[in-house]
Amino acid sequence: MAVEIKVKGEVVTAYLSGDIDHHSAASMREEIDNTIDCNMPSLLVLDFGGVSFMDSSGIGLIMGRYRALQKLGAKLHITGASPQIAKVMKLAGMNKLALIN
Amino acid sequence: MKIINKFTMNMYAKSANEGFARSCISAFAAQLDPTLEELNDIKTAVSEAVTNCIVHAYASKLGKIYITAEIIEENILRIKIRDTGCGIENIELALTPLYTTVGGERAGLGFAVMQSFMDDVKVTSRVGKGTTVTMKKKILPRITVNG
Ligand SMILES: Nc1ncnc2c1ncn2[C@@H]1O[C@H](COP(=O)(O)OP(=O)(O)O)[C@@H](O)[C@H]1O
Ligand SMILES: [Mg+2]
Repeated sequence: MAVEIKVKGEVVTAYLSGDIDHHSAASMREEIDNTIDCNMPSLLVLDFGGVSFMDSSGIGLIMGRYRALQKLGAKLHITGASPQIAKVMKLAGMNKLALIN
Repeated sequence: MKIINKFTMNMYAKSANEGFARSCISAFAAQLDPTLEELNDIKTAVSEAVTNCIVHAYASKLGKIYITAEIIEENILRIKIRDTGCGIENIELALTPLYTTVGGERAGLGFAVMQSFMDDVKVTSRVGKGTTVTMKKKILPRITVNG
């Protein structure tokens, strides 16, 4: 499975893995949105530790979730990004939307 | 510019082939001995161009994507990604960061990624005929230290 979800109180962590491209992003989006709907978290952590590659489809994935969280008044954290992923995120200005570490 | 090595491939414009195209080009580029960062730049740019053929060029039909990769003089990798899809009406607008004609989950950053990760990106297109994206990247020779 490309997304593994852990819920701890109001914090939902989504552990992503594999390549994130246009092909894989759709099913990831579905899984994350399902848990956002079910759990209404105050914080979503997207953990990229298991992600081997990401293109701008991943940026679309992050921005879409960011908008959904904003409606809930919830926050987004991004963690575990490799240098390749961090480079794409930096180009897209993701640091303005989410705390990245 | 003298062509030192070359490969061509074509494939159905199916999203399952995005990863396959990235792997092929990165395996071919490996003979230039790129750094991991250079290789990742190439993979990311190729992924964007191939995805655009699938998402935009052939939005309503199954077409083919034609890919050529060449190693040319002075350690330069040249990649051509061509489709025979809908074409781009206004290339300058399409190249603008954040511009997208598809709402929802497209970030409008595909061309911005290609331009920032490669040394040179050229787009030619004819409406109703298709689009060709040509990208170049010079792979810097590594400094080798004795011992
Ligand atoms: N191969 C193509 N054929 C037709 N239109 C394209 C092609 N590539 C890009 N485009 C157009 O250029 C726009 C910008 O592309 P891009 O920067 O990759 O952003 P995105 O793919 O997220 O929309 C697309 O929305 C589309 O309208
Ligand atoms: Mg694109």
